Amino acid sequence: MKQVLVIAERRGAVLDEGVFELLTAARALAGGGGRVAAAVLGHGIGGLAAELARGFDRVFAFDDERLAEPDGDGDAQALLPLLARGGFDAVLLAHGNLGIDLAPGLSVRAGMPLLADCLELHWAGQSLAGTRAVYGGKVHARVVAAAGGTGAMATVRGGAFAPAGPGTVAGEVVAAALPAEFAPRRRPLRTLRPEAGEVDITQSERLVAVGRGIEDEDGLQLVRGLAAALGADLCASRPVVDKGWLPRSCQVGTSGVTVRPKLYVAVGISGSFQHMGGIKGSPFVVAINKDRAAPIFGVADVGIVGDLSEVVPALEAAIEEQKG
Amino acid sequence: MDIIVCIKRVPDLAEAGLEIAADGRGLRTEDLDFDINEWDDYAVEAAVRLKEQHGGVVTAITVGDEDAEEVLRRALAMGADQAILLDDAAFAGADPFAIATALHACIRSLPFDVVLCGAVTSDGASGQVGGMLAALLDVPQVALATGLEVDGGRARVRHEVEGGLEREVEVALPCLITAQSGLNQPRYVSIRGIRKVADVAIAARSAGDLGLAATAVGEAGSRVRLEGLLLPPAGKRAEILEGSLDAAVATLVERLRERGGL
Ligand SMILES: Cc1cc2nc3c(=O)[nH]c(=O)nc-3n(C[C@H](O)[C@H](O)[C@H](O)COP(=O)(O)OP(=O)(O)OC[C@H]3O[C@@H](n4cnc5c(N)ncnc54)[C@H](O)[C@@H]3O)c2cc1C
Ligand SMILES: Nc1ncnc2c1ncn2[C@@H]1O[C@H](COP(=O)(O)O)[C@@H](O)[C@H]1O
Repeated sequence: MKQVLVIAERRGAVLDEGVFELLTAARALAGGGGRVAAAVLGHGIGGLAAELARGFDRVFAFDDERLAEPDGDGDAQALLPLLARGGFDAVLLAHGNLGIDLAPGLSVRAGMPLLADCLELHWAGQSLAGTRAVYGGKVHARVVAAAGGTGAMATVRGGAFAPAGPGTVAGEVVAAALPAEFAPRRRPLRTLRPEAGEVDITQSERLVAVGRGIEDEDGLQLVRGLAAALGADLCASRPVVDKGWLPRSCQVGTSGVTVRPKLYVAVGISGSFQHMGGIKGSPFVVAINKDRAAPIFGVADVGIVGDLSEVVPALEAAIEEQKG
Repeated sequence: MDIIVCIKRVPDLAEAGLEIAADGRGLRTEDLDFDINEWDDYAVEAAVRLKEQHGGVVTAITVGDEDAEEVLRRALAMGADQAILLDDAAFAGADPFAIATALHACIRSLPFDVVLCGAVTSDGASGQVGGMLAALLDVPQVALATGLEVDGGRARVRHEVEGGLEREVEVALPCLITAQSGLNQPRYVSIRGIRKVADVAIAARSAGDLGLAATAVGEAGSRVRLEGLLLPPAGKRAEILEGSLDAAVATLVERLRERGGL
């Protein structure tokens, strides 16, 4: 029987759906008879709190003008008294941009251990324990919070838990006040939306994705040829975009675009979860990579282990030949 | 302006077959290449650019053993002015909190306007040290920066936020910023560049030098214990097409026809 708190992330006027994955994790950790609470911060969030109260036993709603925009630094100040009051055995956040911004500082101030980016969570005796991916996803680490009696925090990887269905809990909404000493240290200047690209890859049925394995811009030409032969649009992992070889609108992943193709051909991509997190709708995934141990082969349907400078032209030629 | 940059030496994972060491707590490192953590490269570049614009001193710090000196030399070659190696057997087995504790003890005695960290390390992948260090130093922090300008005692930071958006925010100095990839294009480091800084003295500090008890750092000072490493469960594996290139490609075209909608 445990008390678990979930810190909900919001995107503008809507809840980030990840909160319902956290609800699943929280219920499992709370166990029968345990209680799950949510905290939500923002301005004019009555509707969000009501939505959460259908799934959570208790919702702490921090509704204040000064919380209009998520701010990992300021939100930590707002949440600290709630955590410091004690009583939560576990505090969960999504391992998204806000969780990355908020959780480390909050955990230090609250004196709680933090397990980051967990794929799984459980209790090891009275301590929160979990599994996380390390070394580029090639290895997993089993970690456990040091016993201390203050409870522990964890950030949870998106997709690690199935989202809970629509709730019928009729939880209680508690208006939570900001601490008197609340003094946000960040001044938001403007929020920038990603620029639309020439090709809207969210609509593409076939995608060929290039990763850091292409090494230079010439490699890009090679992959362009394959995409053309397949009648596919070109997209990329983040390093290719960071180098300026393709526009930001081509980046697939958790900090890029979410795509729903039928076919996804990953060339020279290791298969980080941040990249794979942008691929939805269970496409047929082909991987070309020279590292047999690359995590991409754990998620692809079919793959060739080889140097892309050989495999890509050969594949392009075979496809062209097939077309006749 | 005084700028501090925290960096880590990590194994290159891209094409390496990783083997878990016999104790189940680390990797077998004999066959691994090491380099600076990718995100720390952006952090060093950002630090050096701030110095170039505003003048000042860049100090690179790492918690590691003597092998970690090579990433400090790399930072010096990129333009850092001094380097500190936090090296002590007591630091071994540290979780991110214990790393932040060591860094904090070192940095609190130095003047600083901006502390730069990488957003995340490619080995431990926790993304915690920066935010924890900021809390210990009690300075404002901004995570996942993709743009950074400093002007008149304030930093203007562009960073990645909720829902795939970016936000531009302003914080007063001193502050801590974690560098996301794409923040800049790090300059090239030549072997000659490294050779030029071969004689720069690197200051070494032990836990005792930093006024830290051995129990406050390393495994003893950690809040999260590593139980062990394991290989991920096999799960679904791709059908790997073996044989000659021509044969593999021919089978792939078949698969694309059957299931890829070709
Ligand atoms: C907060 C955050 C958000 C992120 N968001 C995203 C995102 O939205 N999208 C994204 O993609 N990444 C994102 N990343 C980065 C992500 O963690 C990885 O660093 C990135 O996805 C790696 O890209 P990659 O697979 O192309 O490169 P690498 O991981 O370097 O892999 C390159 C692969 O190419 C193979 N290779 C090399 N040479 C050849 C060759 N000649 N022939 C065949 N194969 C070859 C290698 O074996 C390797 O597997 C994010 C990171 C963070 C911290
Ligand atoms: N051993 C270390 N020495 C110095 N800085 C470190 C060390 N480990 C992590 N850091 C810094 O903290 C950042 C995030 O690390 P992590 O929380 O381990 O993912 C890194 O990019 C570095 O800037």
